[in-house]
Amino acid sequence: MSRIVAGPFNRVEGDLEITLQTASGKVQSAEVNSPLYRGFERILLGHKPMDALVYTPRICGICSVTQSVASARALADVMNLSMPVNGELCTNLVLANENITDLLTHFYLFFMPDFARDTYADKPWFNDIHSRFKATSGSAAAQMLPARADFLHLMGIMAGKWPHTLSLQPGGVAKAIEPKERMRLLAIVAGFKRFLENTLFGDSLATISQLQSEAELWQWCDEKDWQQSDFRRFLQVARVQELSTLGRGTDHFLSFGAYGLQGQTLWASGSYCQGDNKPLAISQIAEDHSHSWMTNTGSPHPPAQGITQPSLDNEAGYSWCKAPRLANQVVEVGPLARQVVDGHPLIRDLVARSGGNVLSRIVARLLEMALVVQQMELWIKQIDPKAPFCHHGEMPGEARGVGLVEAARGSLGHWLEVKNGKISNYQIIAPTSWNFSPRDNQEQPGALEQAVVGAPVAEGEKTPVSVQHIVRSFDPCMACTVH
Amino acid sequence: MLNLLWLQSGGCGGCSMSLLNAESPDVLTLFENAGINLLWHPSLSEATGDECITMLEDILNGQLRLDILCIEGSMMTGPMGTGKFHIMGGTGKPMTTWVKELADIARYTVAVGSCAAYGGITAAGANDTDATGLQFDGEVAGGLLGKEFTSQSGDQVVNIAGCPVHPDWVTETLMSIALGEHNDEQLDKFGRPRMYADHLVHHGCSRNEFYEYKASAVDMGDRGCMMENMGCKGTQAHADCNTRPWNGQGSCTNGGYPCINCTAPEFEEPGHSFCQTPKVAGIPVGLPTDMPKAWFVALAQLSKAATPERLKKNAISEQLIYPPTIHKRKG
Repeated sequence: MSRIVAGPFNRVEGDLEITLQTASGKVQSAEVNSPLYRGFERILLGHKPMDALVYTPRICGICSVTQSVASARALADVMNLSMPVNGELCTNLVLANENITDLLTHFYLFFMPDFARDTYADKPWFNDIHSRFKATSGSAAAQMLPARADFLHLMGIMAGKWPHTLSLQPGGVAKAIEPKERMRLLAIVAGFKRFLENTLFGDSLATISQLQSEAELWQWCDEKDWQQSDFRRFLQVARVQELSTLGRGTDHFLSFGAYGLQGQTLWASGSYCQGDNKPLAISQIAEDHSHSWMTNTGSPHPPAQGITQPSLDNEAGYSWCKAPRLANQVVEVGPLARQVVDGHPLIRDLVARSGGNVLSRIVARLLEMALVVQQMELWIKQIDPKAPFCHHGEMPGEARGVGLVEAARGSLGHWLEVKNGKISNYQIIAPTSWNFSPRDNQEQPGALEQAVVGAPVAEGEKTPVSVQHIVRSFDPCMACTVH
Repeated sequence: MLNLLWLQSGGCGGCSMSLLNAESPDVLTLFENAGINLLWHPSLSEATGDECITMLEDILNGQLRLDILCIEGSMMTGPMGTGKFHIMGGTGKPMTTWVKELADIARYTVAVGSCAAYGGITAAGANDTDATGLQFDGEVAGGLLGKEFTSQSGDQVVNIAGCPVHPDWVTETLMSIALGEHNDEQLDKFGRPRMYADHLVHHGCSRNEFYEYKASAVDMGDRGCMMENMGCKGTQAHADCNTRPWNGQGSCTNGGYPCINCTAPEFEEPGHSFCQTPKVAGIPVGLPTDMPKAWFVALAQLSKAATPERLKKNAISEQLIYPPTIHKRKG
């Protein structure tokens, strides 16, 4: 058995270190460390509740809007406030703009460049992938960055800027959309849709959304030359490299449900394991500190009673991240979890055949882009510039609230307690807290720690490329993880 | 070509995300044409783990020249001065140690964002982590590197403050360094590049007509001026956000919410709720920059007395309810 300490990991958000035990050319076990602690849960204490809207987006520069939405929902829960329809539509659009931007950034800048590494120089697909996805110099980044910037013009109009907006409020949005802006929003989304159809998919978004099974996916892939689009390029690499056999997780998935409108959500909430779809049970969420650099509280506790006290004295600790569990189980969150919980036939089929793995995680991400961008056009059309955008309410002196949302990388929750008109407790469980958690008091490794077991390690590899593919297939956000 | 290294510590990564929003041209094209060679950036580069550590060691042992060191995020000096709140992944060494060693040999050191410049949001509240900036701890010169620190060029740390930074603030500052035009005279007293910090957010604010007549917003989302009630610091905040918009045509005030002065040291603890204006005897405490108080009060009263009905009504509405009157030349 030999030990590898791999880090710093880049092309993830924030800093990351993984310690691997390897033998017989394979990873035997792993410990994942989130090496940065900032302490937002303590920073927030004693501040006025509404000021959380300034602090919480700054937990993360890549999931900033999702942090705002979770915070606004926790505040709305405390204030017992609902949103007008325009508020819901605009929140969905701003959230979708960030989520889709993140999925795009992940695919082009974070994930694909690993296949342009020299280690793959002898592969039949290498020359094309290298010229397309080589980090900083590939042709794809040069095409994708302007498309990304144009798409984020939606943020300029609806949220002032990205990241870090204050337009997302408990009772709606602070920015009312004028008739001319509504037209502009449609134009922006149309431009981005064209990029996705021409460059990423090489087909219409409707066709991609309607793929029903893994067989249909490969059939679609083979209808054209694999160099015809970036999705086909990925599928070609995935097929040759057998990415469906890499990074199998727990196959237990969680989603808080996404994009609410008038009492309905676009995607359902719940958990999914081996064909068993269960309703969301928030009360079964608890956080464990046994292997975190936190004061060990003994037993796991629900976030509403959560405590954050950093301590390097915990000898079993190896990460600043706590270990969230659902009914004591390790779960995976993210686009794959969202789509499997909601029941998209392509994703259900992929998971039924080979579970959560590098292939299925990336396919789910790209599928979401196709699904959501079509939805964005419908939401913009539904905005009524003459109707209200924001409700206002009073902040009670004492109350508790919860705000749940789906970020690009999965389920995010804020648990807020107000006493004497100030924040008396604020607990956050971020998507990568779930995926990259350390072990718990049952010694159960977290989702990533399980997913890298069995990954091949070539002789002399110090930062195994297989582990890099698996890590990045989760699109980790370490800034959010510890917060 | 100038070699640029970019490291992140106690921040959110949002300044890097904002940098990727650069337009006309994109950031990669811009660096290439400015003669900037990206040695390593956390979001963009291929090198991971051992490849990255080898590169850092090559810089420290003089085999690889470091022209520009960009640091994003606060310096986490705690607990008890150990820097252990951020041990750089794979290295076993606190990020604060890496930064000190690298800043010692870099030709220029640049703090990207208010966290790296002054401590920023990460230093808010009780600041358990002893987060500080590179050469400032809030408004006080010092920080991790100390008041007397100069880079190999002889210049102090450049503080591209903002939460986040506008991509152009970063690219234009780096271009000026690459052109050899940078020196301490280009910076204001908080170390910010004067190219953007010699402006006020108020300049070009689309709510200026409401400001002129003191037609004020009351609730979040109202169209009126946000200075009187909503905590807006646009008249005091040093930045060009309303003359150089964000993400196309955005800005905080265009997005419906007040300026929180995020380019200033200690903006993270304003001493009042961010979106409520502190007042004494009904008069806002923070007056517009360079405005004599008596004059401001007198003018405000005068303009309030003269506020047109159109502005009064529109100021407290989400929608435009009273469009400007059309004057016909005939009839």
